[in-house]
Amino acid sequence: MIGESLQRVEDPVLLRGQGRFAADVTLPGQLHMRVVRSPVAHGRIRSIDTSAARALPGVAAVWTHDDIADLPPIAFRLTPIESMLPYRQPVLARGRVRYVGEPVAVVFAESEYLAEDAAELVDVEVEALPATVDPTGEPTPWLDAEEVAWTAVEAADGAGRDNESATIHLEYGDPDAAFAAAAHVFDVDVRVGRHSGVPMECRGGSAHVDAATGVLMVNGAAKVPFWNRDAIAQMVGRSPHEVQLIEGHVGGGFGPRGELYPEDVLVPLATIRLGRPVRWVEDRQEHLTTCNHSRDQRHRLRAAVDETGLITALDGEFWADQGAYVRTHGATVAGLTASMLPGPYLLPSYRITGHVRMSNKTPAGTYRSPGRYEGTFARERLIDAIANGLGLDRIELRRRNFIPADAMPYRRPILAMGTELVYDSGDYALLMDRMEETFDLPTLREEVAARREAGELVGIGYGWFVEKSGLGPSEGARVMVDTGGSALVTTGASSVGQGVDTVLSQVVGEVLDLDLDRIRTVRGQTEHFNYGRGAFATRQSVMVGNAVLESALAVRAKALRVAAHHLEIDEADLELVRGRVQVVGTPGTGLGLGEIAALLEPHRAKAIGEEPGLTCDGWFHSDHMTYPYGVHVAVVQIDRGTGKPTLERFLVGYDVGKALNHLLVEGQITGGAAQGIGGALYEEFRYAEDGQPQATTFMDYLMPTMAEMPEFGVLVTEDAPSPLNPLGVKGAGEGGTTATAAAIASAVDDALSRPGSVTQTPIRPDLIRQLISEPGHEQSPNQKEH
Amino acid sequence: MKPSSFEYVRPESLAETLDLLHQDPEESKVLAGGQSLVPMMNFRLARPSRLIDINRVPGLAGTRVEGDRLVIGTRTRHLAVQNMSGADPLARLLRSAAAHVGHLPIRTRGTFGGSLAHSDAASEWCLIARLLDATMVVESRARGRREIPAADFFLSIFTTAMEPDELLVEVSLPRLGDEHRTGFAEFARRAGDFAIVAVTTDLAVEKGVVTHARVCIGGVADTPFRSGAAEATLVGQRLDDDIATSPLARAAAEAAASEVDPPSDAHGDAPYRRDLVRAMLTSSLAQGVAR
Repeated sequence: MIGESLQRVEDPVLLRGQGRFAADVTLPGQLHMRVVRSPVAHGRIRSIDTSAARALPGVAAVWTHDDIADLPPIAFRLTPIESMLPYRQPVLARGRVRYVGEPVAVVFAESEYLAEDAAELVDVEVEALPATVDPTGEPTPWLDAEEVAWTAVEAADGAGRDNESATIHLEYGDPDAAFAAAAHVFDVDVRVGRHSGVPMECRGGSAHVDAATGVLMVNGAAKVPFWNRDAIAQMVGRSPHEVQLIEGHVGGGFGPRGELYPEDVLVPLATIRLGRPVRWVEDRQEHLTTCNHSRDQRHRLRAAVDETGLITALDGEFWADQGAYVRTHGATVAGLTASMLPGPYLLPSYRITGHVRMSNKTPAGTYRSPGRYEGTFARERLIDAIANGLGLDRIELRRRNFIPADAMPYRRPILAMGTELVYDSGDYALLMDRMEETFDLPTLREEVAARREAGELVGIGYGWFVEKSGLGPSEGARVMVDTGGSALVTTGASSVGQGVDTVLSQVVGEVLDLDLDRIRTVRGQTEHFNYGRGAFATRQSVMVGNAVLESALAVRAKALRVAAHHLEIDEADLELVRGRVQVVGTPGTGLGLGEIAALLEPHRAKAIGEEPGLTCDGWFHSDHMTYPYGVHVAVVQIDRGTGKPTLERFLVGYDVGKALNHLLVEGQITGGAAQGIGGALYEEFRYAEDGQPQATTFMDYLMPTMAEMPEFGVLVTEDAPSPLNPLGVKGAGEGGTTATAAAIASAVDDALSRPGSVTQTPIRPDLIRQLISEPGHEQSPNQKEH
Repeated sequence: MKPSSFEYVRPESLAETLDLLHQDPEESKVLAGGQSLVPMMNFRLARPSRLIDINRVPGLAGTRVEGDRLVIGTRTRHLAVQNMSGADPLARLLRSAAAHVGHLPIRTRGTFGGSLAHSDAASEWCLIARLLDATMVVESRARGRREIPAADFFLSIFTTAMEPDELLVEVSLPRLGDEHRTGFAEFARRAGDFAIVAVTTDLAVEKGVVTHARVCIGGVADTPFRSGAAEATLVGQRLDDDIATSPLARAAAEAAASEVDPPSDAHGDAPYRRDLVRAMLTSSLAQGVAR
């Protein structure tokens, strides 16, 4: 059962249109919330006149910051760097607006239409100030002392702050000595554009206070319901048990969705204060201008290389455009960029400085493969530059620098997400061999070369990467078999649509030998479990999967023990087959799991010295992450006249240690690659000089469609199981995305026969067309003689 | 993303429609396929106080041949144009242009006349109408029927020569003889997107020589742009079989690219749009020959 390509148990309901997404929940007597948003990127709020809006019949309330001045800014969920505290976002703008779309006021009305009518009547007068849209230069003033004092409470020191909210520095080895001794030095200066996860379902939610119990019920939870429950409880002044978060179906997460945003606090707060159910459903334009953006990094990297092509040191700086505020992710993206930048290579010395810079853009957070997508693009551009400069094959240079299999587990003396960075297992050269064979890369390269010879602009490119997954510290699960012989699996997991119900059921089905239709999973319900770290960092299969394994094994042991006692047979003579404990090799004997559950009704359990119920809790704890790894191969053809790139083929090789369900792993990889391709070629949140966003609808924010997708090839390998967990799994959620931009850039270079020509994403046709019309130069500009 | 309040009326006849338009021309909008109007209303960029739904009005949809003209009813869906029969150059041109209109759901609902009345300078039908010097037939209660030549119809983006109380009823296009070589090429980042630049061409060729040329370009001006320079370059010249690489195509492309004065925006700056004009013009000419 584990590993089988079973179809998703989630799908029948979704395919029939019977899912329950955030906007499917309507509550009797509900008010509709509409947010009044800043039309300018930066300015002082001179006045907000809400009188006309409040006078409109059907409007229950209109709030500005003055009405919620007691609310603190939302806390950091991850990577809480102290220096960033003053940069957090007020729930409603407080005196100053810092991006187009920032919540300035909020309207509650009897219908969505009335709410929009009233929102238009709120008169906000803003004195515009100059906007920062490229924060990669010298730091500029950002917060005044009063703002620091208000947002940061403890950090207040009477001083203002510039727009560098955090500086990340990681270093090991002796980079200076390495560069002094280097035979060659290469450098790159590259940028990854601003884009983000854009789920099919926009944000949204609703809340009401259950009159019978007094509990605040909040619908629309996703990703991190337990953390959000605690945060909401704290902000509205309740105990966590008085707040219940309910996760329904979620139409995609990808990082942005499910984090705690200002709107997610306003809905429950208004429910309490107005005494009415309140609902908010985000529209797409709001989504594109207010939900977390991501990426948008500039990297200046250099490598010291010896005579043989061994990279002896990597050194550099990067700038991450955080946008207007630091939200729940704290310094996560920049932190991961820094720690994961070395990738699959040995790199005896390393030094990186990351600058998290504020700008007048929508705040940024994590998006599928955060930090790794950006860092992998920059690093692999550098690796290509080295290969070209030394006249070495791009794959051969990578092979020379891979961490060898016999060096595993390989410890890099830095931290990643607060854990020691130890690559737990891997055989990078073997995966490359398998890719060569599976997809017959030698022939593919010959074909591409022959077409180029014949005059076509076509090229092949590669991107290597290491991912990380399975962030701890803990997850729990409870497996309970009822008297009907069916299993209920309760966990703190969350589903953003990735199929977690299916894989958790498969683990239970494997251990208890039950079909999936005898297993039901409960997740994302704070009422039913008391702990869950959430669906992020590719951690559900690793952490919750192993917790479920632990509890299912305990249930099986208990079933065998109780059956042995009841049947007066030695446990060693019993086996669990098809949900029944039977005498070894003798179907029809023994007891069904349901019968055993009945034997464990409380008074009978007490008589045999067992805890009541055929139920056990299991926990899995981990101090270290697992490190899956992979390679992306892209074939790109370019139209000379228009510069339009066509991604013809996209191949992914990815080692996940152990696949719980191959179909789902391949789906994760393909979907992840589609998103990575979007960022590499199409999607971009561009801004005008005055900070006005240029992509606020799907006309201008170009999500790729089926028509833009290449022919995919996915190779999932299980050559390097993780030694860190009993299942041996590593996460599959992000490796489809990581090196897409790197591989496509490499292929575009190759198609143009101009190594190093691609220095930014998205790789737009007008940029390629410009490269085509410039006089070409055969050698890369990257090499500096040393 | 909810429209402001409006009145919705659904007339059952042309006369009733024109009466309604006559009552309150400035504040009324005609709803046909709604593929542009409804999103604009949801964004509150359009705020008609009355929406006149013509989907039940008989006689506004469908095509018919009248002598040497093809007449297309205003409410003819894009998909119906795409599914038109006929092996003549005009039918081929219309089918090929229709395939570029949005995606299938948009083509199923959106209408030929709606697209023209919307007057987006890069839209397929605006280009074709201007290319072939179509005649727009509009009607109002006050002034009855009148005809507007395509050259006078498109005034600017979202602005036509129609009066607010007028309805575009049908469009008449010249049928093209077998000596015509037509083509339609457009560039968009993704399949189904609005064109960044589109070019459509119609050459009359006799004994291998171009006797008449029409070239219309979208995405370079506020209205569909007829490139007189490209047309003059082509007329009187002999067509090569391999036109895509021919000096004539290159000369026409250069003439058009020099003549246009395209805007710069997030989708492409002026020099890039000129490049696209060159590429699309070449591609359109090649289609005409390749048939």
